[in-house]
Amino acid sequence: MKKNALGAIAVVLLLGAAAYAAFFIAPTDAKQGLIYRILYLHVASAWTGLTAFFISFLANLLYVWRRQLRWDALGVSAAEVGLVFTTVVLVTGPIWAHPVWGIWWTWDARLTSTFVLWLLYVAYLLLRTLVEEPDRRALLSALFGIFAFLDVPLVFGSIRWWRTQHPQPVVMGEPGSGLDPTMLKVLLFSWLSMLGLMTLLLWQRYRLEAMRGEFEIVRRQAEAS
Amino acid sequence: MSLLSNTTVLLGKELRTEFRSRELVTTTVVFILIVIVLFSFTFDPSAEESRRFGSGLLWLAFLFAASLMLQSCFLREQNNDTLSALRLSVADPFAIFLAKLAANTFFLLFTELLLLPIFAVMYNVPVLPVLHWLVLVFFLGSLGLSIAGTALSAISAQARMRELLLPLLLLPLLTPILVASTEVTAALFDRSPYVVWKGIGFLTVFDLVFLTALWLFGEYLLEE
Amino acid sequence: MTPRAFSPTGIRFENIEKRYGGRYALRSVSFEVAPGECLVLAGRNGSGKTTLLRIAAQLVRPSSGKVAFPRTAGSEGTTARSAGFVGHATMVYDELTAEENLLLFARLQETPAAARRVDALLREVGLIERRDSLVRTFSRGMRQRIAIARALLHEPSVLLLDEPATGLDPQGLDWLAEKLRSLGEAGCTIAMSLHGESEISSLATRAIRLDAGSVVADTQAGGSVHSILTFAEA
Repeated sequence: MKKNALGAIAVVLLLGAAAYAAFFIAPTDAKQGLIYRILYLHVASAWTGLTAFFISFLANLLYVWRRQLRWDALGVSAAEVGLVFTTVVLVTGPIWAHPVWGIWWTWDARLTSTFVLWLLYVAYLLLRTLVEEPDRRALLSALFGIFAFLDVPLVFGSIRWWRTQHPQPVVMGEPGSGLDPTMLKVLLFSWLSMLGLMTLLLWQRYRLEAMRGEFEIVRRQAEAS
Repeated sequence: MSLLSNTTVLLGKELRTEFRSRELVTTTVVFILIVIVLFSFTFDPSAEESRRFGSGLLWLAFLFAASLMLQSCFLREQNNDTLSALRLSVADPFAIFLAKLAANTFFLLFTELLLLPIFAVMYNVPVLPVLHWLVLVFFLGSLGLSIAGTALSAISAQARMRELLLPLLLLPLLTPILVASTEVTAALFDRSPYVVWKGIGFLTVFDLVFLTALWLFGEYLLEE
Repeated sequence: MTPRAFSPTGIRFENIEKRYGGRYALRSVSFEVAPGECLVLAGRNGSGKTTLLRIAAQLVRPSSGKVAFPRTAGSEGTTARSAGFVGHATMVYDELTAEENLLLFARLQETPAAARRVDALLREVGLIERRDSLVRTFSRGMRQRIAIARALLHEPSVLLLDEPATGLDPQGLDWLAEKLRSLGEAGCTIAMSLHGESEISSLATRAIRLDAGSVVADTQAGGSVHSILTFAEA
């Protein structure tokens, strides 16, 4: 219990520090004023979401190889946490876009790709609800999870290429525009604190899933006899 | 090599079965036709717009059609448990996938080429000058649809609500195919060749990545 | 009947366990079937008979334990492809003819002289007249016969059958009994699951009863085939 509380406090402190940095340490953007600061949340969430999905991918591979249900628990936990951060990306995108461009959504490359990413992992979770038997569910979703993650670079790559053919307003600045060194540092620090939050959420979700898995096993044993 | 001979034998079976019933190809052709007609009500296909939107709706139609057509791929092997018979008979389970994806690619390609002239006429798109390129793009795109679709249909066949599940899993996964194929096809209609090579390269990469993934993980998809 | 020389092969189950989620389908099942024996597996629905047979056929991977096929010569058999498997379902394609089905599987297994072998098998199971009929048109008895023909394509020295007597009329039962008898006489090891007594079960030289995934009775340990088959049926 104590470790959990300590961990939570550490994460809250980190996040607080990151927020402070985002508002007060990072320099003001010449063109966009205050709203650009949402970049630190938006981009850090995107990177964190991808990190979580990568962890899910590794867990999926491990399940297929070792067939231990704890890898399945890790896989689904990481996918859910990744989905949470990805949702933040999709929500902060329009929040930024509206004051700057006057429109809520632009089909810009990264946002569109993120949307597809979101759909892929929603599909992963939906698949799981449609398979009852735990071992089968673990195997099928692990295999889909592997295919889904392999698709991610292809999705981002193809959509970015498509967007170079049909340019549109870009959320968060053109890929070419560099970041001021201070901005970069603040961004990396934001990412670090997000990773802390991710780890906390992942750990809690994993423990919950492991317990739920055990409960399900006991319940099935009881039903069978 | 027994993988090649097993694949050939199984491919023969897939083709023969379809040739006898013709159910997959006919329903797919009619479905795409319906989609093409329905799309025409959503915008007025003037010549310039046809070139811009036409390729997109064509590939969208192919995508939807594929996600419906591919459902029966492994479902039909659940009849009489023939999948177990195949697993017992073949040396390498990858042959089962290779044969099915080859057959599916063939059916899709056949359907697409059948509908191409109809589409060209209805949307006033110049197809003949770039026909050979179109065939190549159709082939690479359909190959991608088949590889992913065959793999995922093995998954959805083991779950509930499988009719809805396969499109749900497949369509997001196939986004790169849709994007690349549409771009290349549009470029072909527009006669702008510089896009074509990049798109074709992209489609090839997708096909190779998923074929490799299927090769590595296929046997687990068939596990009982 | 075509005489066949089998290299006598037994079946050895070593600590077979199969878990589905929390449920044990098989718990630590160990026994050995001698070459040439005819084993009957008895048990209620859900006792694990089908799972055990499918594990022996290598269609299902056990959670732990293994299956081996020892030859009398002392050396182990090669793979479980030495076993032929007849399941609940027909395991052939409805939309192909009897001959097309057998040719398909023969070619997949790379059987030498496939066409000749298929021809001989069709004669052996009495389906030569219906070789060009779609399996869809077959009766239950004929489906049984084509299923067995498919299993025998590679001349297995072990034959596994999952409830082969189900749904057969007296003629079908007669045919099946005769077929299994001749296979047994030629040295084929047979393991099949049955629900109750019939002329099929009278072929058994050994019986084992499973309940909730464990072996609860074995003629080797005492009791007759009759008692094991009818145990707790009442």
